[in-house]
Amino acid sequence: MTALAALIRRDVRVALRVGGGALIGVLFFLIVVVLMPFAVGPDLALLKKLGPAILWLGALLASLLTLDRLFTADHEDGSLDLIVMGRTPLELACAAKALAHWLAVGLPLVAATPILGLLLNLDAIATGAVALTLLAGTPALTFTGMIGAALAVVLRRGGLLLSVLVLPLSIPVLIFGVAASNAAVSGPSPFGTPFSILCALSLASLVIGPFAAAASLRHGLD
Amino acid sequence: MTLIDLANPSRFLTLAGRILPWLVAVTALVLAIGLYQSAIAPDDYQQGATVKIMFIHVPNAWLSMFVWGVMSVAALGTLVWRHPLADVAAKTAAPIGAAFTFLALLTGSLWGRPMWGTYWEWDARLTSVLILFLMYLGLMALWRAVEDPSRAARAAAVLTLVGSVNIPIIKFSVDWWNTLHQPASVVRMGGSTLDRAFLIPLLVMAIGFTLLFLTLHIAAMRNEILRRRVRTLQMLQASKSAA
Repeated sequence: MTALAALIRRDVRVALRVGGGALIGVLFFLIVVVLMPFAVGPDLALLKKLGPAILWLGALLASLLTLDRLFTADHEDGSLDLIVMGRTPLELACAAKALAHWLAVGLPLVAATPILGLLLNLDAIATGAVALTLLAGTPALTFTGMIGAALAVVLRRGGLLLSVLVLPLSIPVLIFGVAASNAAVSGPSPFGTPFSILCALSLASLVIGPFAAAASLRHGLD
Repeated sequence: MTLIDLANPSRFLTLAGRILPWLVAVTALVLAIGLYQSAIAPDDYQQGATVKIMFIHVPNAWLSMFVWGVMSVAALGTLVWRHPLADVAAKTAAPIGAAFTFLALLTGSLWGRPMWGTYWEWDARLTSVLILFLMYLGLMALWRAVEDPSRAARAAAVLTLVGSVNIPIIKFSVDWWNTLHQPASVVRMGGSTLDRAFLIPLLVMAIGFTLLFLTLHIAAMRNEILRRRVRTLQMLQASKSAA
């Protein structure tokens, strides 16, 4: 347990310090959201309608682009080999690393949502709904993305391949995240149904992600 | 002859060479019977002649999921039993499965135009099959991105097993959500709701398409083994001339 706590503490600390790049994700999120009004036009009514979708897309892309960092740095300096050979089960170590990554990258995205909501003319209820769904949904993005990150580090190919592998897996999260946000704002359908499916997706990826990532690390590193 | 005997690629090649001509003949025969039966099947009282798209569309859709199932078994073969032919089977199945999935989407959208009034509708069944198609393409990209086949095989196997989560979602998407796509009518609790005049040609076509997949898959596996041998020989040649 102490080993896992130490791993989480170390990863968060490394991510927040110089060269860590945790806050780059938030900056990217901000830029994507700012780009949207230029693309669809500064029509406030339209932005209000598209707002939840824009925020979700921005968060999805931001968490996707930071995934590279999950294993690459550790692979380069050799600490990943130590983690793989260590006495702590690799599945738990992977889960701890993903949790630390979510704390450093995912949580700031959720925290930035209220401010970005202002730019998109969202009211308090809509902003709250998007922040809540992001809070429930970003763990799923991180934990399924971890599978892609593990494959990328094993194959020494990052970038586009990682995105192509991970994005199809994250489509369900996007669907139910946006559906729940829209239901809270306007929709006739209740908020609870898509939100519970979203939570279920997060919980399922919490189980599947570490096992798949550990399997690909164990079979791939040599 | 057990599965482990096939671990020897040469033995697989002889066996494939012996089976393939027969398999091609049987596939052609069954597909011909199926096509004839679908051609003489009566028109639907609501859909008219467009109902015949079903005889192509449904087998393709079944195969799109079946091939992922085959790849999942092959992935287990790679990760658990380290069967040498498993990664060949997984690699060669992916493009064939992608083709079946594409044809299912294409025929579905051609059928959707006269029946639903639209080529595409973002409902659960169509979306989940589209995701399946994207995952096939991602797997093929993964195979092409890495030179060492055994390294790519293990990575692809993990991804295939993760992606197999999608298969039950596709199967049950029409029951879980209210969709434009009709609910399951052939394989369902309480028997098929399809009339025999349509059911029998459909089943014959399904068997024919499955045989077609088997034929293509065995032929592709043979080609892949030969391709790897050629590559090894070329590398030997290159290292010899370098030395």
